[in-house]
Amino acid sequence: MSDIDPITLAVLSGRMEQIADEMDATLFRAAFNPIIAEAHDASHGLYHATSGDTLVQGKSGLPIFVGVMSFAVKAVIDKAAAEGDLADGDIFIFNDAHIGGTHLSDMRLVRPYFRDGELFCYLASVGHWHDLGGAVPGNYNPAATDAFAEAFILPPVRLARAGVVNQDIIDILMRNTRLPQSAQGDLNGQLGALDLGVKRMDELLDEYGADTVKAALDALGGRAETLMRSELSELPDGRWEAVDYLDNDGITDEPLPIKVSLEIKGDRMVLDFDGTAPRCAGPVNIAYPTAVATAYVAIKHIFPALPANAGVMRPIDVKIPEGSLLSAEFPAPVGGYTETILRMIDVIFSAMAQAAPDIVVGNAYGTINALSIAGRRKNGQPWVMFSFYGGGHGGTPEGDGLNHGNAPISTATIPPMEILEAAYPVMFRQWALRPDSAGAGAQRGGLGAIYEIEVLEENGADAFLFGERGRFAPQGVAGGEASVTNHFSYEQDDGWHEPPMASKMRGIKLKQGQAVRLETPGGGGYGPAETRDPVKVARDVALGFLSPERATEFYGTAWKEVKA
Amino acid sequence: MSNVMIGVDVGGTFTDVFVMDEKTGEARVAKVPTSRPDQSGGFLDGIGKQVSDLSTVAVVVHGTTAGTNALLERKGARIGVITTEGLRDVLEMRRRDRPHTWGLRGNFDPIVPRDLRLEVPERTLADGTIRTPVDLEAVKAAAQHLLDQGCLAVAILFANAYANPENETKAVEAVRAMWPNPHVSASSEILPEIREYERFSTTALNAYLQPEVSGYLNRLENALTKGGFDGEFMIVQSNGGVMAVDTACRLPVRTALSGPAAGVIAAGYIAQTAGYPDVITGDMGGTSFDVSLIAGGQSILSPQTSIDFGMVVRTPMIEITTIGAGGGSIAWVDKGGLLNIGPESAGSTPGPVAYGQGNTRPTVTDANVVLGRIDPDNPIGGKLDRLDVEAAGRAIDEHVGKPLGLSTLEAAEAILTVANSRMAGAIRLVSIERGFDPKKFAFMPFGGGGALHTGAMLDDVGLGRAIVPRYPGVTSAMGCVIADMRQDFVQTINAFVDQIDEEALAGYLQDHVDKGHAMLDAARSSFEAREVIVELDMAYLGQTHTVAVPVAVTIEGGKVTPPTRTEIAAAFDDAYRATYGRLLDKGVRRVMNLRTAVVGRRPKFDLETLAPEGGSIEASLKGSRKVHFASQWYDTAIYDRLSLPVGTVIDGPAILVQPDTTVLVDPGLRATVDKYGNTIITRTGDE
Repeated sequence: MSDIDPITLAVLSGRMEQIADEMDATLFRAAFNPIIAEAHDASHGLYHATSGDTLVQGKSGLPIFVGVMSFAVKAVIDKAAAEGDLADGDIFIFNDAHIGGTHLSDMRLVRPYFRDGELFCYLASVGHWHDLGGAVPGNYNPAATDAFAEAFILPPVRLARAGVVNQDIIDILMRNTRLPQSAQGDLNGQLGALDLGVKRMDELLDEYGADTVKAALDALGGRAETLMRSELSELPDGRWEAVDYLDNDGITDEPLPIKVSLEIKGDRMVLDFDGTAPRCAGPVNIAYPTAVATAYVAIKHIFPALPANAGVMRPIDVKIPEGSLLSAEFPAPVGGYTETILRMIDVIFSAMAQAAPDIVVGNAYGTINALSIAGRRKNGQPWVMFSFYGGGHGGTPEGDGLNHGNAPISTATIPPMEILEAAYPVMFRQWALRPDSAGAGAQRGGLGAIYEIEVLEENGADAFLFGERGRFAPQGVAGGEASVTNHFSYEQDDGWHEPPMASKMRGIKLKQGQAVRLETPGGGGYGPAETRDPVKVARDVALGFLSPERATEFYGTAWKEVKA
Repeated sequence: MSNVMIGVDVGGTFTDVFVMDEKTGEARVAKVPTSRPDQSGGFLDGIGKQVSDLSTVAVVVHGTTAGTNALLERKGARIGVITTEGLRDVLEMRRRDRPHTWGLRGNFDPIVPRDLRLEVPERTLADGTIRTPVDLEAVKAAAQHLLDQGCLAVAILFANAYANPENETKAVEAVRAMWPNPHVSASSEILPEIREYERFSTTALNAYLQPEVSGYLNRLENALTKGGFDGEFMIVQSNGGVMAVDTACRLPVRTALSGPAAGVIAAGYIAQTAGYPDVITGDMGGTSFDVSLIAGGQSILSPQTSIDFGMVVRTPMIEITTIGAGGGSIAWVDKGGLLNIGPESAGSTPGPVAYGQGNTRPTVTDANVVLGRIDPDNPIGGKLDRLDVEAAGRAIDEHVGKPLGLSTLEAAEAILTVANSRMAGAIRLVSIERGFDPKKFAFMPFGGGGALHTGAMLDDVGLGRAIVPRYPGVTSAMGCVIADMRQDFVQTINAFVDQIDEEALAGYLQDHVDKGHAMLDAARSSFEAREVIVELDMAYLGQTHTVAVPVAVTIEGGKVTPPTRTEIAAAFDDAYRATYGRLLDKGVRRVMNLRTAVVGRRPKFDLETLAPEGGSIEASLKGSRKVHFASQWYDTAIYDRLSLPVGTVIDGPAILVQPDTTVLVDPGLRATVDKYGNTIITRTGDE
């Protein structure tokens, strides 16, 4: 550890976090597409000059990026080392998910930051672009069996060399998107964010000197590590396992196990995913960087006060088995990565709950339910309504889980029903909480939702669903019960049907007046159901959250004797 | 003669009163403890301190936290909801968000429980077509059920009522006919704007506040009348404008940020008058530091805010960004050895360690006390005789000094350095988010503690100067007297520019202007001018983020001429270019909402009347004490701020004191009293 004084350290810590926050704010303000501008599907930070480790990251960015961006920076470091010509003013750009993690929609820009002719650190910006070619607009292709069917793939290349932008790269990109205006707007925003980062770093180093800032960065890494070690040493030593399953990969209807063994020894922890299913044909594979970053997301949910700094991961060994669907190699399809990493988080929670039930919560609903309904209007204009849907959060040591929340990997909100109805020829017959969907427990899970959507267009429409949790309900922890499975159905002339393959379906033909119905899981319960306060049970029954039958099944009959 | 104007701001701890005699130009202030639970006691006390005869008072304007507190403490009325079949849970489902990014903890308890949210058959589509006419028998039965359940107010929330209010209007008529009080809120009346959750939430919160706030305001009005008051009683809205008390009783949700908004209005007026149209205000209270930005004399309005998680109010509000760094914020060292300030706060009770009321963990105020910046012998608020400097020092030692290996003084300086850095960060971020360079702005501290941190803000943010208003502790009360009358209207249009129904647009606009002018006509105030501000929320097709596009309209003889399609398109291009730099080729322009504000400019009082008359620097010198800056003690002169004459120049280190505020002039800074009695703080080298 360096000898930086604690006051300067505290100030610099805040100042550098703020540089990342200001970069976030710059992009959110400038981005064209709402996925960045409103859902904040983007992130910025400062990364170590030689290791690529995350040093500081903005608070507003998407949780999954906190861990994944260091892989993007490391890829650039390796490329620059191989080519040996890194210069001030270089900017690298790529979306290759097998190198940088997550999926191809995320465009990463990495820029070395020089001080007095020497490399000081890297700045990076990642943002979810609206469209990058591929077979399906918006790049969520449930039938992809390789990355080429998902989107245009750009490996790390120099967008700018020594401050001179290479327009050829931009021309290639703009020819490979269905929405060039949107892409250009987002690219400009990301470049603007990096410019601002450079300006702010210049000011900071002018004020404090490069040596002091470097010492602060080292100290912050050490501090993050100390914090993590201190948290781990308070946990009991031991080894715990948890396994859960993906329904299928969208191609073959067979469950895919995701397994973790969590071992704590002193102030160290090992997360070993041995026993997880091998690489599969469909898009629920993920790349190695995504898997490691996901471990970080789970840990930060368990210890929310930890900083966004790679030091946190030093005492943690994440073992991802080769050949598994958690380290799929190019060109395996990874577009459905969200479902897989949600399950990774679930099993880490379930394993940790056995070690320390007080610091975890029940599993959240565990699927983003990417549902699209598409067709042509009378005038021939195509339309696509695409959205993710919510579900319940797990019960917590303090209380019941949140009803209808967003996924742990995201902070995005759902568009209002009226915005969807105004933009597309649909009507929501129901937009409601789903009774009996919560996992029972001393503190029950939050409720999932019901969305029933009717097609109003004469020409009818096609529906596509990419979901999960159709066969395996979200688990409870600390003795809490599992909630219920995701349920999807659709209307035809002869009544309601269910898809042959759980939670995933393509090309469902709907006529005008027919509907699809999505019933999402609630969260898993926390603690044994029999210890739940009967007054709370009675209240859930009175509010219609819980049927008397299910109340009796899980909680006995004491609730009938009390007043809600 | 009634020529006295009174502004009253009721805050959490104090009720501030600002009295302005328009004729004599005399201004007086009073500060009394806020009475609880009924704030009207303190309100009348405060006025009584300065005005004996209420019949001389022309106007009383009130900035209130009654609404805010009722929302934060969940103390609104028991209310019910009548809504479209299939949608009873919208209020509880929110926009699928969560309280904290990390941790997956925390829950949400809606203000209307599910068993009081009733569905009725009815459905309007997004294009305004009625698919299912409203079942009025079901509406009546629902209303009766809610009455039987003891509901005091009801909100009627129908899908797509912004596009066609017919079903909702019929239901509202039926309910009003049977509801025993006026507390019936309809979503198409409160906020005819697309986005059901935001509209439903705003409407339901309005209903939730109606019984409470209208009861409180009626009590005040009655008490004023009984005291001989025959003037006009008005309430400050979150948008910084005032409204008549009966409007406030009907639309209490518009008072959600009433008090802080009044402060920003006053700050803007004071700064502009003093020659600084670009100013960033910093209001430092016990638990928070509130930042607001005023550019070109205009405060910035945000379209909505969340009072708490899931409690969305969508009405225009003065944008105020809050961080948890107030005087009572607790300093602590985490397990990784990093010094943190807040978010935990000792608030005003038990308050800082130096208050001796039971808190043992050091706060920002304790650091100021230990460093000599706050006078321990004259504590603000008057509850204590003397602050316990020694206890504050011990707490700093124990919780910050020892873990970090610092002396007491070093630790106290460290606490301030980190707190200042966070406050400066908030100022920078607010500017960046709005696309401004903070260096071009002046800083205006107000509230009790802000003026202790002026030097640090100049240093950390690189601001050129600060302006400390003459009465920083009663800025919100003063804002009440300054604020204009204002009403905001909104209507969702949702049409492409080249297909917009100009006649319908003209109709909505005329309706807004007629209603706005009727409200101004009904007021007894005289207005210097009337103004109609029209904006369209617009975007390109495919974008959900809209840009506020100001458009010009002409009004002759009360008749509005709306903008043409061509004018709208041109105005959008200008606004879009200003925001994003470049336009989109072949982008299809869409109008989402029409927003109209009708403003009656109230006559402003002359701020020069606040300036001190006569006086001398020598006579204002009260003595000196040792104050710690950076790493040494300085003998620091203490001046009575209010008696310093216009034109006074004092170089730091110096402390200017007044009953509720301490102004710290750091070494290297210069304080100048301008002709309005403000203190302008600059660097000595910058002349």
